[in-house]
Amino acid sequence: MRSNLVQGIVSFASGLLFAIGLAVGGMTEPANVIGFLDFAGDWKPALAFVMAGAVGVTAIAWRIVGRRRAPICAQSFTVPSRRDLDARLLGGAAIFGVGWGLGGYCPGPGVVALASAAPTALVFVASMLAGTGIAIAWDRSRRSAPTAIASADEPGQVA
Amino acid sequence: MDMGSIGWALGGGALIGVSASLLLLFNGRVAGISGIVGGLLARQRGGTAWRALFVGGLLAGGAIAYVALPARFDASAAPSLPLVAIAGVLVGVGTRIGSGCTSGHGVCGVSRLSLRSVAATLTFMVTGGLTVLVVRMAGGVG
Repeated sequence: MRSNLVQGIVSFASGLLFAIGLAVGGMTEPANVIGFLDFAGDWKPALAFVMAGAVGVTAIAWRIVGRRRAPICAQSFTVPSRRDLDARLLGGAAIFGVGWGLGGYCPGPGVVALASAAPTALVFVASMLAGTGIAIAWDRSRRSAPTAIASADEPGQVA
Repeated sequence: MDMGSIGWALGGGALIGVSASLLLLFNGRVAGISGIVGGLLARQRGGTAWRALFVGGLLAGGAIAYVALPARFDASAAPSLPLVAIAGVLVGVGTRIGSGCTSGHGVCGVSRLSLRSVAATLTFMVTGGLTVLVVRMAGGVG
C-alpha cells in the first residue's frame, strides 16, 4: 500500500520534472525543433544539447538498473527487450519524423505546451490523440480480423 | 549559440534525465511520453494510475513553466493550424506504430544503447530533416 503511494508520487514528480526540463531546454518552442532539423539552413543546436544532457544522466540510471534485481518501489522492471529491427518500427519512426518536422512538436512538448492554451498546442495534441486512436483501432481490427479476410490480403504487405 | 543558451539546454536535458531516472529506478518504468499517453488511450490494464499521474505531472509542470518562462512557449514558428493538425495525426500514428518518440526512443532507448531505439531515432531525425528541407524548398508554410 505504502509502495503504491510512493509510486504515485514518483510518477507525478517525474512528469513534473520532465515538463520543466523540456521548457527550460527550449523544446516547447517549435522554432528550436524545426531549427535543429534545418541542417541546410540556420541550424539551431539546442536540441542536441538537451538530448546530450538527458542521455548522459539516464545512462547512469541504466547502469544502476543493471546491478539491481528490482526497482525500489515495484516488483520488476518493465522495459522493452526486443532487439530486432522491423518495418513497423522503422516505418512508424519515419512517419513520426515527418509530423515532427512539419509541426515542430513531439508528444512531450505538445502536452506541456497545453499550459499556454495556444491554439497550436491544442490542435496538435487533439490531432495527435486522434492519430494514436486510429493506430490503436487499426491494430485491434487486424488482430481480431477473421482468417478468411486476413488471407485475402496481398502477400508482402507491410505488417 | 552562446554559452548561456548551451547551459539552459544542457540543464533542461539533465532535468529530463533525472525525471526518466526516477521513474526507472523507483517504478521500473520507461519515461516514453507517447507510450504513456497511448497506454491511457488504449486502456491498457494495470497501469492507468501511474500513467495518469505522470500526465498530470506533465500538465502541472507545464503550468509552472508557463508562469516562470512564458517566452519558452512561443509557437510562432509552427505552421498554420491545418498543417499542425496533419502533423499531429502523423505524430500520433507514427509513434504508436513505431513504439516510441523522442523521449522513449531518443532519450531512454539511446541511453541504454538499444539497437531498436538508435535505429528509430536516426530514422525520425532523417525524415524530420527531409521534411524541413522540403518545406523550405516549397517556400515555407504559412
